[in-house]
Amino acid sequence: MSLLLEPSPELVKSEKIYREMGLSDEEFALIESIIGRTPNYTETGLFSVMWSEHCSYKNSKPVLKKFPVTGEKVLQGPGEGAGIVDIGDNQAVVFKIESHNHPSAIEPYQGAATGVGGIIRDVFSMGARPIALLNSLRFGELTTPRVKYLFEEVVAGIAGYGNCIGIPTVGGEIQFDPSYEGNPLVNAMCVGLINHEDIKKGQATGVGNTVMYIGAKTGRDGIHGATFASEELSEDSDAKRPAVQVGDPFMEKLLLEACLELVNCDAMVGIQDMGAAGLTSSSAEMASKAGSGIEMNLDLVPQRETGMTGYEMMLSESQERMLIVVEKGREQEIQDIVDKYDLEAVAIGVVTDDKRLRLLHKGEVIADVPVDALAEDAPVYHKPSAEPAYFREFQAMEVEVPKVEDYNKALVDLLSQPTIASKEWVYDQYDYMVRTNTVVAPGSDAAVVRIRGTKKALAMTTDCNSRYLYLDPLVGGKIAVSEAARNIVCSGGEPLAITDNLNFGNPEKPEIFWQIEQAADGISEACRVLNAPVIGGNVSLYNETNGVAIYPTPVIGMVGLITDPSHITTQEFKQAGDLIYLIGEAKAEFGGSELQKLVYGKIFGQAPVLDLEIESERQTSLLSAIRAGVVASAHDLAEGGLAVALAESTFSAKGLGARVTVKGEALAELFSETQSRFLVSVKPENKERFEQLVAATLIGEVTSKEDVVIVNSEGNELINKPVEELRAAWKGAIPCLLNSKA
Amino acid sequence: MKFAVIVFPGSNCDVDMYHAIKDELGEEVEYVWHDEDNLDSFDGILLPGGFSYGDYLRTGAIARFSNVMNAIVKAAEEGKPVLGVCNGFQILLEAGLLPGAMRRNQDLKFICRPTELVVENNETYFSAAYEKGEVIQIPIAHGEGNYYCDEETLSLLEKNNQIVFKYNSNPNGSLSDIAGIMNEKGNVLGMMPHPERAVDAILGSADGLKLFKSIVKQWRLSTNVVTS
Repeated sequence: MSLLLEPSPELVKSEKIYREMGLSDEEFALIESIIGRTPNYTETGLFSVMWSEHCSYKNSKPVLKKFPVTGEKVLQGPGEGAGIVDIGDNQAVVFKIESHNHPSAIEPYQGAATGVGGIIRDVFSMGARPIALLNSLRFGELTTPRVKYLFEEVVAGIAGYGNCIGIPTVGGEIQFDPSYEGNPLVNAMCVGLINHEDIKKGQATGVGNTVMYIGAKTGRDGIHGATFASEELSEDSDAKRPAVQVGDPFMEKLLLEACLELVNCDAMVGIQDMGAAGLTSSSAEMASKAGSGIEMNLDLVPQRETGMTGYEMMLSESQERMLIVVEKGREQEIQDIVDKYDLEAVAIGVVTDDKRLRLLHKGEVIADVPVDALAEDAPVYHKPSAEPAYFREFQAMEVEVPKVEDYNKALVDLLSQPTIASKEWVYDQYDYMVRTNTVVAPGSDAAVVRIRGTKKALAMTTDCNSRYLYLDPLVGGKIAVSEAARNIVCSGGEPLAITDNLNFGNPEKPEIFWQIEQAADGISEACRVLNAPVIGGNVSLYNETNGVAIYPTPVIGMVGLITDPSHITTQEFKQAGDLIYLIGEAKAEFGGSELQKLVYGKIFGQAPVLDLEIESERQTSLLSAIRAGVVASAHDLAEGGLAVALAESTFSAKGLGARVTVKGEALAELFSETQSRFLVSVKPENKERFEQLVAATLIGEVTSKEDVVIVNSEGNELINKPVEELRAAWKGAIPCLLNSKA
Repeated sequence: MKFAVIVFPGSNCDVDMYHAIKDELGEEVEYVWHDEDNLDSFDGILLPGGFSYGDYLRTGAIARFSNVMNAIVKAAEEGKPVLGVCNGFQILLEAGLLPGAMRRNQDLKFICRPTELVVENNETYFSAAYEKGEVIQIPIAHGEGNYYCDEETLSLLEKNNQIVFKYNSNPNGSLSDIAGIMNEKGNVLGMMPHPERAVDAILGSADGLKLFKSIVKQWRLSTNVVTS
């Protein structure tokens, strides 16, 4: 129990106890010089979590500065719980993505569940009603019992939390690759809706105002979670299991409804989620942002366990807690509101004018440090960066075209790859319909959620092909943003902004830091050209297992605006006789492609080329055609190229097939992953209008015969397969892998 | 006609039910918080889906001790239509307003998908607008929808035509493909599929609307009989 005496400041220093908390010798010395004395054990703990990469971005700040973060519609950029973009009619969309990778590697159900819980709180702490959840997941190949366990439990954890709280999980993406074997990625995104006047900020303003605590009691779970998130995983990581929090979605539902009622009460002046680094980060950041200080009496903190120390309370990451600042004398108004939900709002402190975080416990001052030192003064590291040897080798390689003898078999094999295969097994477990606004459900390019009472809808997606990023992080970063935008456009939306989740390996390795820099440059350039600023995000570094890094995986979460329900477009063909067009031309680009992985069992060479100007032009013209009402279906070409996209467009269509002719070299036409391409179907009567608006090649038509047929210019069949057979391979792949004995 | 949508802590399909009634059906509707003990001013009672009390202990097991349950029992006794969907159905089972119990889905996973239902009995307060044998598309979203009762109860349900909806293709292991049952008197219906999610074609199906229209039509007939 914690009756154990905490080490004295002298002992913290002489025994270098701060190292166990993740602080370096230099950082500890810096803390001493800032506060003018040796910090005690509790204070050292406060600094260690606030200066962790997870909270301070000390390693990634120089890179994050590159992102374009402003735009005429941006109401809130990075720095608050979530970013906000104007969507007209006094409404705004609020969204953010966040990772819970390390907790999910250790305890996948709770790790994933609390990842969802945390991102939902980030959105409703802004005052917004959460309307949708998405996710982006990475696992090793679905061949070992461990990976299958992680996959099944992560999906169950996401479902368990989202379904219970009643926010639809409408979309996402999953990829499987050996680089994630020991370090899966679990990124959760939440999208919310708000009226402009309801936007709340996490600021502790008004000296003398009361600091109140609402929600679940504080326990010993998750202590040092933020620090854990900022280390590499190793064989000892299982011993960190107590650092994983346990979620209670029912409590969060009550907290959500209570907080959204509080938004309408002007007694509340500030609100922030107690997320990573819990009470420490919420109090220090709220005070620092407002230029004030906070004094809290920890005796008053609602506690789940007996004998908790100040250190434990401040570092706990117990879930479902909010810190709010309330006008002095109006505390009862808050209590009256939360009473309905059987919650208690407990006054635990006051706002001060001395810019210090002062903590009292059992009659003693146990910590007294400047809030800015915690929230703002973490050192910023400009890590050395070096081009990796593998990159030079890949760049020097001749283009190698995979050998494929049987195109029909290759198509079936590609459709059976878990990354391409149907994710129905996954989203069948997510309540994607609750709130009855989900117009386009999981499985199409982007999910579409209507905004009740208006003509508007929001398209949303998460994307990142990390294989391209591994081969070339600069181009891969551009592709990730472009692909997200393609998905939005194919759904009939105009990209508004992105949130990014930068998942990388250990930034202290120059080759990894180079990947981060390059990817950030690529993302920034694409965001500028495609007019989608970065309004927030999350950085997850140290994603390594026993020294081996994951592929660079900067997941892009994008939201787009659909201005009229008639613009909502899906990927499946609609009617026999509709004309099929291809936008863009195939080149022999196989680096990082699904076909390359299938044939060689590995990836190498150069990522596909991307020209952002061409990308932008094509997206703009396609969107104009969709808005003109002349597009029946639209689908972007991604993994597996044209053949896969064509097959996918038949899968949800009822009783339809397709017959198309390709003119160029067969293998490239069928399976190359050349970028900036779209497959579009158009009713014959709209042919002329479509061709005026979009530069596209007519390649064939939708047929009533349920076969996918691709012929070359001589009329020879390259592919001819019944839709049913292709669909069965595509649908059955993941359940089949899960059921097979490893 | 004036409906009450009962809201328990953890209900999450209350908003969907409210909008189905107000926007698509065009009838009066109000939310009623679980501590209310009087429902006399309402003509129909709707228990929405969700996770009342987090599904802790057992689905519906805590909600059924809410204040409002006494008023719901009273409304049922007075012959007012009472509809429980998903968690609402589970609560009605726990409260003893309907027979039987729920088990976890056969494959132990939550399932959310559109399903086809067969209208088994169209001579009820809730299904008169359908044809007998009509196949309708209504989605499900539940982890515990695997209906069970003993043989004697099942034969009574069958004999009295209390089985209103069956699954065309059983998704969860439910006994005799049961998707929805009513009480013997015919004014309390519990069903796992969500008719309130199928009231607008833009969301995939509007087949659920007829269920609500049936209620309104039957209610109008019954009140006309009383007043004339």
